[in-house]
Amino acid sequence: MQLFKNLTAINFIGHRKFALVFSIALLAAGFYSLFTQGLNYGIDFSGGTKLELTYQQDVSVLDMRATLASSGYPEAVVQHFGSNKDVLIRIPLSPGNSDAKVSDDVVKILAASKTGSGDIRSVEFVGPTFGKELFEKGILALVYALIGVMIYVAFRFEWKFSLGSVAALIHDVVITVGLFSIFQLEFTLPVLAALLAVIGYSLNDTIVVFDRIRENFRKLRETDTEETMNISINQTLPRTILTSLTTLLVLLALYFYGGDALNGFAATLIIGVLIGTYSSIFVASPTVLMLGATAEDLLVEVVEKEGVDQPEHPYTP
Amino acid sequence: MNKNPTWKYLVLLLIVTFGVIYASPNLYQAEPGVQVIGLRNAVVDTNTLERTKRILETAGVEVKQITLEYGKIRVRLTSEEAQNTARDVLRNKLGNSFAVAAADLPTTPSWLESLGGAPMYLGLDLRGGVHFLMQVDMVAVERKANDNYYEDIRKLLREEGIRYSGINRQENGAIFLRFKTEELQEQANAAVTTANPELIATIRESDGSFTMELQLTESAISEIKKAALKKNMLALRNRIDQLGVSEPVIQQQGLDRIVVQLPGVKDPSVAKEILGKTATLQVHLVDEDNAASTVTGRVPSGSKRFYYRDGRPILLQKRILFSGDNIVDASVSIDESGGPAVSITLDSKGANVNSDVTGDNIGNRMAVVYVETLGETKTDSQGNTRLVTKEIREVITAPVIRDQLGKRFIINGLDGRNEAKDLALLLRAGSLAAPVFIIEERTVGPSLGADNIEKGFTSVLYGFLLVLLFMVVFYRVFGLVASFALVLNLVIIVAVLSLLQATLTLPGVAGMVLTVGMAVDANVLIFERIREEIQAGAAPQMSIHRGYENAFSTIIDANLTTLIAALVLFNFGTGPIQGFAITLSIGIVTSMVTAIFVSRILINLFYGGRRLDSLSI
Repeated sequence: MQLFKNLTAINFIGHRKFALVFSIALLAAGFYSLFTQGLNYGIDFSGGTKLELTYQQDVSVLDMRATLASSGYPEAVVQHFGSNKDVLIRIPLSPGNSDAKVSDDVVKILAASKTGSGDIRSVEFVGPTFGKELFEKGILALVYALIGVMIYVAFRFEWKFSLGSVAALIHDVVITVGLFSIFQLEFTLPVLAALLAVIGYSLNDTIVVFDRIRENFRKLRETDTEETMNISINQTLPRTILTSLTTLLVLLALYFYGGDALNGFAATLIIGVLIGTYSSIFVASPTVLMLGATAEDLLVEVVEKEGVDQPEHPYTP
Repeated sequence: MNKNPTWKYLVLLLIVTFGVIYASPNLYQAEPGVQVIGLRNAVVDTNTLERTKRILETAGVEVKQITLEYGKIRVRLTSEEAQNTARDVLRNKLGNSFAVAAADLPTTPSWLESLGGAPMYLGLDLRGGVHFLMQVDMVAVERKANDNYYEDIRKLLREEGIRYSGINRQENGAIFLRFKTEELQEQANAAVTTANPELIATIRESDGSFTMELQLTESAISEIKKAALKKNMLALRNRIDQLGVSEPVIQQQGLDRIVVQLPGVKDPSVAKEILGKTATLQVHLVDEDNAASTVTGRVPSGSKRFYYRDGRPILLQKRILFSGDNIVDASVSIDESGGPAVSITLDSKGANVNSDVTGDNIGNRMAVVYVETLGETKTDSQGNTRLVTKEIREVITAPVIRDQLGKRFIINGLDGRNEAKDLALLLRAGSLAAPVFIIEERTVGPSLGADNIEKGFTSVLYGFLLVLLFMVVFYRVFGLVASFALVLNLVIIVAVLSLLQATLTLPGVAGMVLTVGMAVDANVLIFERIREEIQAGAAPQMSIHRGYENAFSTIIDANLTTLIAALVLFNFGTGPIQGFAITLSIGIVTSMVTAIFVSRILINLFYGGRRLDSLSI
């Protein structure tokens, strides 16, 4: 089965103004939301205590909330997840309630109440300064990953391509994080890890297009840069779409069957893969074009090399 | 064209054999068992083995196999019920010197084991257990070191007969001394720096007053901190052994943190209570001479006012006779009136001091002070909350010395049997050199762990089947080949993870799922290239050849950049996230091998070396 019978000839680069408007709108909405309502940090970053309890019978979260409120935890958030037998309790950090003993205390209080304490499914606690540290380390990791990628692409291609790919990556990360802010999805450590995977994935797509552009710069010497880019994007289009589809397939499996723990992770990657696919077509190459890249940028280097260690052109049949 | 040289088949055979052998230990399910290890100086030997056998026989526990290896007894049992019985009965009968832990023992056949085969090492989020990240309070370590020097310097100058006109502690921990003459200043400088080369002395003269400031060198401070961390890890190890946990992980992280992982521990509160406690004992003499100022009034410089648990004050001499560090054994017992007590055995240094002091002070009182460091939350003016340490010192008993004491004695006055039990355990395991705080806890109950395994497995399976179906629909024979490469890729990932004994976490499983989706990318790239060549009018054999050749550098570029992101992730990662980075990295590398090398061999096998009119792609 083939996605397209013949090679497509869509004028992607020609439509870059529409893409620009679309991207800027998404970025602006994301930034607006980030500055006005911020992110809904999970306890990995905000610090605090999270408990999951499971009971043999249905339990009332109202009763539990009242019990905890009257025992020194008025800020406890108690809710069901999954079924009425499963309870999720969150307790934010507050002076006096900021050490790992809070969870033990909560279990004790519930055990003494008529609800009981059920079975502990999981306990998470993150201390006051540690959450901030994790967040800072995470942001640093994102920055390092971007720098690493920039160096690699500059080395393998050229600085305009390097900037183009990094622009596309920043675009993807900001929009994904922006969507997390707009929909107030929980921003956790696995989500941050997924963002790094998004960088890897989106870059994968971009590199494949760049590689083809480089190849075509050599083959199609008469064609101008814009046209070469269009041809390259169209040539790689079936691959771009098919790989996104296989990746989305496994991510959907992960989203629906992987359980709560992997939900946010899978959601981040699903959003990231969609936006990454879009950006590798509509953001990366147009940025390179706007920076004024021409065939000579990539060819000069190769011509120099040719005489030395590449007697035969590797891509000409 | 497109024929395989024989060496390629050999390499393929090698890859498949490697994958199958090292992945296969995962097919053998672990079986319930218990493990016995010796604590402190107790050695597990054939005697212990015989005792263990007898105890289990008497208790009527059916034993599958019992072995003594690497100083550990491993008992394999038939059911979880037998595991619980065996653990409880062994804990009761073997005594304090041995720790008994329930453990799930691998059933890898010995021929596989001899090749280094072992099942994957599951992270706590999959097997259940407790993870703590502990922060060692290095500020307290530095303060304590400075405190010690303060006392040492005073003692030294007194012994040397060098008079100073003032001594105090600076804000930064430095010791500040004042002398009347330059000569005294010089003498002191010489004496102090010879005795303590790790101190830097700064001498000054102003307004006829001669001063000396003493500070620990940077390297001395970092040595002290390193030693404190080491001692803390040792103490934690001892305490965990006392708790009876199989395969605990105690690891240093950075300069001032310790990771503790306790697989299989279901109740984190007990572990928290025992691990974080810095409780120890200090023994002082009661200041009987100044008893008049016990409640109010000026406290003489050599003494300090302490309080009983009920708030009654008592005046004790500042000098510590001996402390928890001098205790080599402690166990729960009962005193004459039947109350809970801890019986203590001292080391020789402690025993000497104890017998000297008690011999000289018959009729006086000796106080046992319980010292515990607690973490407390403070909120500063900017609204930042942070933990600070607070020391609690309570006099638990101050009996009259009736006889000269020696190596052994009993402490009573405790609040119940549980406290006696905990205190005995902590004294046995050794005190922490510095307070520790849990800054991160992740506990996963056994049911959630099993759930996570099942869900992770299900999503790998479904993701995998969907991709296989997709590939076969889109690329027919070539899709089948890609599917085989994908299966082999998964087997190799499992084999490499098993061989490296890298921790497989739930995000790690997610990494596997993601790899499945992304691994076929290389094949998609190649197959699309082949289609392009066919459309451009190339002959089938030539299309295959060029397809593989032209896609090669693209695949390498695309995968290497993803690998960069994965490696950054690994460096940043805490436990579970690192698991994701590991499987992703391994997956990227193995997928390049299977998608390029292995798939080519198979395609050549199908199509190579014959005349073709068309390709099934």
